[in-house]
Amino acid sequence: MTTLTPVLTKNWDLPNSFTLEGYGDYSAARSALAMDPDAIIQAVKDSGLRGRGGAGFPTGMKWGFIPQGDGKPHYLVVNADESEPGTCKDIPLMMANPHSLIEGVIITAFAIRANYAFIYIRGEVVHVIRRVQAAVREAYEKGYIGRGVFGSGYDLEIVVHSGAGAYICGEETALLDSLEGFRGQPRLKPPFPAVAGLYAAPTVVNNVESIASVPSIVANGAEWFAGMGTEKSKGFGIFSLSGHVTRPGQYEAPLGITLRELLDMAGGIREGHRLKFWTPGGSSTPIFTDEHLDVPLDFESVGAKGSMLGTRALQIFDETTCVVRATLRWTEFYAHESCGKCTPCREGTFWLKQVLKRLEKGQGTEDDLTTITDIADNILGRSFCALGDGATSPIYSSVQHFRDEYLKHFEIGGCPFDPALATVWGAK
Amino acid sequence: MTYSPEVRERLELDAKEIIGKYPKARSALLPLLHLVQSEDGYVSDAGQEFCAEMLGLSKAEVVGVSTFYTMYKRKPAGDYHVGVCINTLCAVMGGDQIWEELSEHTGIGHEEATSDGKVSLERIECNAACDFAPVMMVNWEFFDNQTPESAKQLVDDLRAGKPVVPTRGPGRLCTFKETSRVLSGLPDELAGEGPSAAGPSLEGLRIAKANGWEAPK
Repeated sequence: MTTLTPVLTKNWDLPNSFTLEGYGDYSAARSALAMDPDAIIQAVKDSGLRGRGGAGFPTGMKWGFIPQGDGKPHYLVVNADESEPGTCKDIPLMMANPHSLIEGVIITAFAIRANYAFIYIRGEVVHVIRRVQAAVREAYEKGYIGRGVFGSGYDLEIVVHSGAGAYICGEETALLDSLEGFRGQPRLKPPFPAVAGLYAAPTVVNNVESIASVPSIVANGAEWFAGMGTEKSKGFGIFSLSGHVTRPGQYEAPLGITLRELLDMAGGIREGHRLKFWTPGGSSTPIFTDEHLDVPLDFESVGAKGSMLGTRALQIFDETTCVVRATLRWTEFYAHESCGKCTPCREGTFWLKQVLKRLEKGQGTEDDLTTITDIADNILGRSFCALGDGATSPIYSSVQHFRDEYLKHFEIGGCPFDPALATVWGAK
Repeated sequence: MTYSPEVRERLELDAKEIIGKYPKARSALLPLLHLVQSEDGYVSDAGQEFCAEMLGLSKAEVVGVSTFYTMYKRKPAGDYHVGVCINTLCAVMGGDQIWEELSEHTGIGHEEATSDGKVSLERIECNAACDFAPVMMVNWEFFDNQTPESAKQLVDDLRAGKPVVPTRGPGRLCTFKETSRVLSGLPDELAGEGPSAAGPSLEGLRIAKANGWEAPK
C-alpha cells in the first residue's frame, strides 16, 4: 500500500504557515549558496525531479541547457499561471506555503546564474498574489533576497507579476511574450527559452511545484527524493481530487500511487454512486474509466494506457454525468482560450464546438462522430502549441470509451441525463 | 477624455514605481492596465492613452494587448465583479444551475452590470479551486462550495451593502478597483488575514497525520 508523504503540504495546517515564522529559516538555500552551482544542477538531475506543470521534462536537464559564461543575463521565470481545468495544487500551495517557492527560486536562480526571477501568477487569485507578495517582501527584509543574498556576493531580485486572464499564458513561450508586455501567444521553437527566452536571453521556465520541491532535495539529498516514486517518475507530487468524491482535496503522495488507493483515502465515490470517468491530469489528458483504477499514476504507466499524467488533476465523475456535456464544456473552454495564432486550433476548436453542441442536443448523426474525430486529426500535431493538442484529448477519448452514449443522444433526440442529479445538492 | 492633472500625477507616481521593477519597461504593460482598472473600473480610453505614454507605445499597441486578456474590462465592471465557474467540473457539480438562477435573479448576463453599478457577472473558466466546487469568485476572491441559494444571497448582500467575507481570503472584501491595485503590483495590507488553507486543501494532510504517515526521513 502506498501512503501519503506530506512535504510541501506539511505545514499547511499551521495558522502562520505562509510567514517565515511558520516556514523555517531557509537553511536549504543557505547551504545551496555554499555549493558549486553546477553541483546543485547535478543534484537535481540525480534526484530525477521532472516538471510538475504537466509535461514532465527533467528539471535538472532543463537547467543544464542554460549556456554558462555567455556574458548574457539569465532569467528564472516561475510559471504560476495554473489554469488547466481540474488543476488546483499550485494555488493552495502558494496561499499556504509561499516561502517554499521563494526558497526554491533562490536555489534555482543561483544554480543557473540568474540575478532576476519572475513569478508569473494568474491574475484571478488576488489573495494568493497577496501572500506571495508578502512573502517576497519578508524575504527582502531579512536579506534572503536582494543585494548580497545571506551576506554573500550573490544578488537576486524577485518580481511578482500578475497575469490578466488567459489560459494560453501557461504555455511557457506565450507566458514569456505576456511577461514582455505583449499578447500571450506562443513562439516558434527552437530557439527554446534556455537559449532565447525572456528578452531573448537564456531563461528557465519552471512550474511552481517543481521549484518548491527543490529545497527539500537540497536539504535531504537527491537519493532521498529518488527513494520515493517509481523508477522513471521519482519523488512525490500533489494529487488533486475533485468532483464526485466523498472527500475531495489535495493528497501529496509518491508518484505511482493509484486512483484506487487515493479513492480509499478520500472515502470513495460519493455515497450511492459509482465511478464513470476521470481525468488523470486535467482536461488535456485523455479520460480514463473504471478500467483504469489500478494504473500507477506515474508518467510511463499513464502514458502506456493512452493518457498523460499531466498535472495530477483527478477530476472524478460518477454515472450521473453526461460525457457528451462534459466534452462540450471542455471544448468550449479550448475554443474560448485558443489564442488565434494558428489556424488548426483557432478554426478547429470553433467547429468542434458547433458540432458538439448539436450532438448534445440530440440533433446530430453518427457521421458527426466521424466529423469531430476528423477535425481532431487536423488539430493534433498540426497546431502551433500544446493547447490544440490538448483540445483533442477529450474528443478522442470520449468517443473511444463512450461511443454508445453519443449514439444514445440522437436516438432519443436529446440528452438522456438529468443534470440536476449530478449536482452536489441533487444527490441528497 | 484625459485624466485631471491631480489624477495624472498620482497615477504617474504609481506607474513609475511599477515600471522600475522590470529590466525592460514594456513588461509593465499588464500591471499598468490593472492600475488603470484600479482608477476607472475598466480599461478606459484615457487609461490606455496613459499606458501608451508611460511606456512609449502607440495606443494601438496597448489596445492590441488589453483586448487579448479577459480580466481587462471594456466597460465598467460592478463594484463587485461576480464570477461563476462554468467549466466542466464546476458546471456538473452545480455551476450551471447557479449561473442560470443568478442571472435570472439579477436580470443580467455575462459581462453585464446591474443598473446600480454594484454587481457585474461573468461566466468564468476554471479558477483552480476544483476541490471546492461549485466555485464562485467575487473580485477574484474565493467563494467556495456555493449553491444557487447562497449565490443569490451573496449578490443580494453585495447590492444591499452588507458585509461579505470570502471563504479563503481576507476579513473584508475589497472593491473591484481596490483589487485591481493589488494586481498591478502595489500590495495592500491584507495578506496576513484569512486561513493558511482550509477544508479540502487540508484533507490529505489530515489523513496522513491520522495514520502517522510521513515522508521518509
